[in-house]
Amino acid sequence: MPRALGLAVLFADAIGPQSGGSPNADKTHTLWIIVLIIALIVLIGVEGLLLYTVIRFRARKHRMAAQIHGNTRLEIGWTIGAGLIVVVLTIVAFISLPGIQDPEKSGPQISLAGAAVASVNPPKVPGGKQLRIDVNGQQYVWRYTYPDGTYSYTEMVVPAGEAVVLRIRGQDVDHSWWIPKLGGKFDAIPGYDNYTWFKSNQVGAIYRGQCAELCGRNHANMLATVRVVSPPAFKQWLASKKAQINAANKDSAAAAPLLSPLPARPGRR
Amino acid sequence: MTTPAIKDLPRPQIVAHAVPRPRKAWLDWVTTVDHKKIGILYMVTAFVFFLVGGIEALLIRIQLGAPDNTFLTPEKYNQLFTMHGTTMIFLFVVPMMAGFGNYFVPLMIGARDMAFPRLNALSYWLFLFGAIVLYVSLFFNPPEAGWTSYAPLSSSAYLPNGGIDAWIFMVHLTGLSSLLGAINFYVTIANMRAPGMGWGRLPLFVWAILTFAVLLILALPTIAAAVTMLLTDRHFGTHFFDASRGGSPLLWQHLFWFFGHPEVYIMILPGFGIISEVLPVFSRKPIFGYKAIAAATVAIAFLSLLVWAHHMFATPLSTAVLAFFMLSSMIIAVPTGIKIFNWIATLWRGTLEFKTPLYFGVGFLAFFTLGGVSGVMLAIFPLDWQLTDTYFVVAHFHYVLVAGAVNAIFAGLYYWFPKMTGRMLSEGMGKLSFWLTFAGFNVTFLVQHSIGLEGMPRRIYEYADTGNLHVLNLISTIGAFILALGVFVTAVNVLRSLKRGAVAGPDPWKANTLEWFTTSPPPPNNFDVIPRVRSVEPMKDIRRAVRRATEERAGSERRPVKA
Repeated sequence: MPRALGLAVLFADAIGPQSGGSPNADKTHTLWIIVLIIALIVLIGVEGLLLYTVIRFRARKHRMAAQIHGNTRLEIGWTIGAGLIVVVLTIVAFISLPGIQDPEKSGPQISLAGAAVASVNPPKVPGGKQLRIDVNGQQYVWRYTYPDGTYSYTEMVVPAGEAVVLRIRGQDVDHSWWIPKLGGKFDAIPGYDNYTWFKSNQVGAIYRGQCAELCGRNHANMLATVRVVSPPAFKQWLASKKAQINAANKDSAAAAPLLSPLPARPGRR
Repeated sequence: MTTPAIKDLPRPQIVAHAVPRPRKAWLDWVTTVDHKKIGILYMVTAFVFFLVGGIEALLIRIQLGAPDNTFLTPEKYNQLFTMHGTTMIFLFVVPMMAGFGNYFVPLMIGARDMAFPRLNALSYWLFLFGAIVLYVSLFFNPPEAGWTSYAPLSSSAYLPNGGIDAWIFMVHLTGLSSLLGAINFYVTIANMRAPGMGWGRLPLFVWAILTFAVLLILALPTIAAAVTMLLTDRHFGTHFFDASRGGSPLLWQHLFWFFGHPEVYIMILPGFGIISEVLPVFSRKPIFGYKAIAAATVAIAFLSLLVWAHHMFATPLSTAVLAFFMLSSMIIAVPTGIKIFNWIATLWRGTLEFKTPLYFGVGFLAFFTLGGVSGVMLAIFPLDWQLTDTYFVVAHFHYVLVAGAVNAIFAGLYYWFPKMTGRMLSEGMGKLSFWLTFAGFNVTFLVQHSIGLEGMPRRIYEYADTGNLHVLNLISTIGAFILALGVFVTAVNVLRSLKRGAVAGPDPWKANTLEWFTTSPPPPNNFDVIPRVRSVEPMKDIRRAVRRATEERAGSERRPVKA
């Protein structure tokens, strides 16, 4: 095992969850490091004790096994010990929870506040300045709807410094939204709204992720990227996207009479 | 009134109408109601499915050995991991534990059979037919929604073919099998213990099987209901799990995991029981803290019914619910920790005889602990948001189920094989098998923690060549083949030792429990005489009594016995 552990250390960047894109991912990483240290202390302690025991107490001539049936004090002791570790872990988890769960304040640059998204209990952004994006998982693509109705697929574009609140839903089957560097995953389940948030300050950064809940044969290729741009560039991108969509709609409306109506699809439902 | 003379008393008459002819061997196996034969049927069938599930795992690992591999199509890949998980859980670990229970519970409690021998046979045949129902789907469309078969993916709109239905019927048949078996275990243990064997003298393996039975009885009805709802959704137009018609996909997850998490303990508790039998025998010491281990077994079972939503931390749940399930999950670490410490304390100051069963027992302790520790990390829901549905989770549950349950099964196999067959397994091959599985297992699964942390989700048939994913996955694939070689060595060992193993005798290990009181293999009626049980280790008492009697006889020949 030590040899294999050494291998794990060799891949030093692979000993903690991804982070670096958003405060919630960073704080998750911090929590992970604390928990990992406690876990390693416990693990090394137990494995060390076990190793010592199996080496020290091998059968040898003239050695008698001690006929001990138990030791109440010792047993109460390690029960309390195990309980204490659980208490410590719980406290650590709850201390770091708000930093992970609650969105951070948006930067001063711009605002798209007042996004019209009906919601039950989305995370509350201090100051209220935020960008709300609807994330819709469908076999096998992610669709993002911006507050003004503009939408895009696969690549989400967000302004730097703005708290982005995502409302996540599943269109057909369960999916799971996950960009590792921007925080944990949140399932996209038909009929339910799920929420998460992130905030990136790095203009030009591209974060990659993919669907994390089995959604069918092409699950492996249900990819997602988040591209961070400067706030003015974001406004520009949004406008050009809107223009594109409008133009496409106009084209298809013009072409509609040329197309024969779709035949009714026979089917079970 | 005078007592009638003996010759005048009515005598029982035994009339033999016919002497039953010995049946043909295969007919005997097919019609048997003997718990030992049924136990062997269970174990052999389960071991065959272990090999089948192992081959499926190797195919999965070949596909993942290289990025963007095209060895398998996405469809085949999904079918393989579905069959692998389903097979290992429903057709290997649970029936294997049922097999050990069937064979050894009556022997360990000094009974001549299970309480309901015919029901016992029915349990086995239901299990076998459940397995066949699942595996005939290989000839049309195997299921491909994972062993969890999450709705709506498993609904007819997305997977209309019959694979999911085969999976549903398999769950029904094996579930019914386990339910009947569980009732049988419970009644047997409650009623058929040897004189003197109170609850405080029940062998810990029997405690584990008792708890296993209770958990099965509590958890199985839920999955039976859930798969029935899925079946009616698929074929009769109900909409239990269809969000567009008022149903709830989340309901499936709740129902599935209400069964699914206790199922984990259904698989591991009998393993705990085996370890609790093996460690004292090979350290020549009584088990440390008998009552604490028995109580911890029951506590784990109770808690396991309250932790199901820790599989659902990424679904829309309120913080209060998340916190509850985090706490309940972490609290399980306390009774589990108690057991680990008790087991180490059992080895402490013993005289450890390193026979193969102890190798696997210590392997279990070392690596089940790792699975337990990563389990506590996963229970912390803010961390779980990053870790769930990645290879970190895959690594975690393989540490629990392979390092845990499979090591325990191998320990049990090497420990009890002499009792079941009358022959010893080869120690050399056993130790070789241990070191191969030990190395193979850790090479396969330790790196999977890192694969998950690097961001690779589970259940994907291909991945891009980014970061260290290629090299880590390749290491994992190589490990899987080493692990398979280790299992193969044990399989060969078993087949070889059936004929050529050293003759074991009734009690080759100088063990503690009643199964070693009878011959190896035991006769159909198990015991001609059932001894009175005076402690947790009746065989120790019996050996001591025999020794004393022998010494006294030897002494009395030399000098007169003191009054």
